[in-house]
Amino acid sequence: MKDSITSGKAGNRKRESIRLWAVALWLVLWQLLSLKIGQEILLVSPASVAFRLAELVGKGDFWRSILFSFERILLGFTLALSMGILFAALSSFCRPVREFLQPAVLVMKSTPVASFTILCLIWIPSRNLSVFISFVMVFPVIYTNLLEGILSTDPQLLEMAEIFRLPLARRIRYIYLSQVMPYFRSACTISIGMCWKSGIAAEVIGMPKGSIGEKLYQAKIYLNTPDLFAWTMVIIVVSRLFERVFLFGMQKLLEKLERM
Amino acid sequence: MDIRVERLCKSYGDQQVFRDYGALFPEGKVSCITGSSGKGKTTLLRLLMGLEQPDSGMIHGLEGARLSAVFQEDRLCENLSPLSNLRMVCRKRVSKQELVRALERVGLTGCEEKPVRELSGGMKRRVSILRALLAEFDVLLLDEPFKGLDAETYLKVTAYVREEIRGRTAILVSHDPRDMERLGGVEFRL
Repeated sequence: MKDSITSGKAGNRKRESIRLWAVALWLVLWQLLSLKIGQEILLVSPASVAFRLAELVGKGDFWRSILFSFERILLGFTLALSMGILFAALSSFCRPVREFLQPAVLVMKSTPVASFTILCLIWIPSRNLSVFISFVMVFPVIYTNLLEGILSTDPQLLEMAEIFRLPLARRIRYIYLSQVMPYFRSACTISIGMCWKSGIAAEVIGMPKGSIGEKLYQAKIYLNTPDLFAWTMVIIVVSRLFERVFLFGMQKLLEKLERM
Repeated sequence: MDIRVERLCKSYGDQQVFRDYGALFPEGKVSCITGSSGKGKTTLLRLLMGLEQPDSGMIHGLEGARLSAVFQEDRLCENLSPLSNLRMVCRKRVSKQELVRALERVGLTGCEEKPVRELSGGMKRRVSILRALLAEFDVLLLDEPFKGLDAETYLKVTAYVREEIRGRTAILVSHDPRDMERLGGVEFRL
């Protein structure tokens, strides 16, 4: 992959950017469909969702739930990121580590969130369930992508580093970092969305008190469709915001590194 | 110390590249390895660099020597600027001004902060040459270093390289007889 560290896939981002007119059209379609069905319990209208959201925003409990879930999902993501980087680096030069981790990574990739969640409820308190679930969903993505990035580092550059006797720190800073970054960026983009989806799904099953998952579950048992949609909106917005802030921070850090 | 190659043999499958090859590359001089394509010029450089192992034979005089090289390919970090590519190999702390001055000596001005991937082939080649010269070395190995340079740049760069390697051991591989003349080397024909 011959991408820049910092430029990323600007063209792709532009192509994938969300247009306001498309969002507006979807909202109109949703409103029309909701009017046609005529039963808010089956399909709530966007106006009702907006109204319910406005009500929720004014409550302290709303923000506490977001903070509760955000803290835990962020912790799970950070742990997965750190361990993914560490083990990908280890696996890249130590084949037995790679072979040892291979089955575990495969299991993590293939096991459904529900199975992990139910299993984990036996081991750990439901309060911290989303930390673990976010971790097991994100770790394989980060690990696999980074490992692939490291292993596909241009061998000619590694030969060059050998001839110039570059110390490990310089090889990492100048060669590996620039080669691996496109893989890392794409892994982060995929896994941020994934850790939110899986973390909340785990909370719905485990129902830790004061979490977004608990709110979703309550909306389901009381057939409170406006709440269900409002909380779903919150998850989408928080997840996207987190992704934006994280990728922006990473971009700035890399630009700084590139200029050094 | 002179670099002595003794009874060197190297084959790739059925194709024998060297058979009992011997040479003495003198210390502090420029040795120019010439010969037509497929004679093993690049292979010899790779053997000297230690990137390939001979089937038999010995290479003396490179034990513990600090090598520097201009490879046949530029082998630059394409996402990084010329400054970063140069800084990568500099042992001591070199100021930005010093590196910019070095870039100016080979006719590279105003591109020091651009990613290398945005530079032309000739510009990349010059960064690659400069990188080899800025690294600390006992022996410099140059594989077709001046290919892709226009006539004016060629004169400027060869004059700079000649000045920088005066009195130092360098081994140059080239097709172009002008390179040997410009660097004032001793010819070794393969």
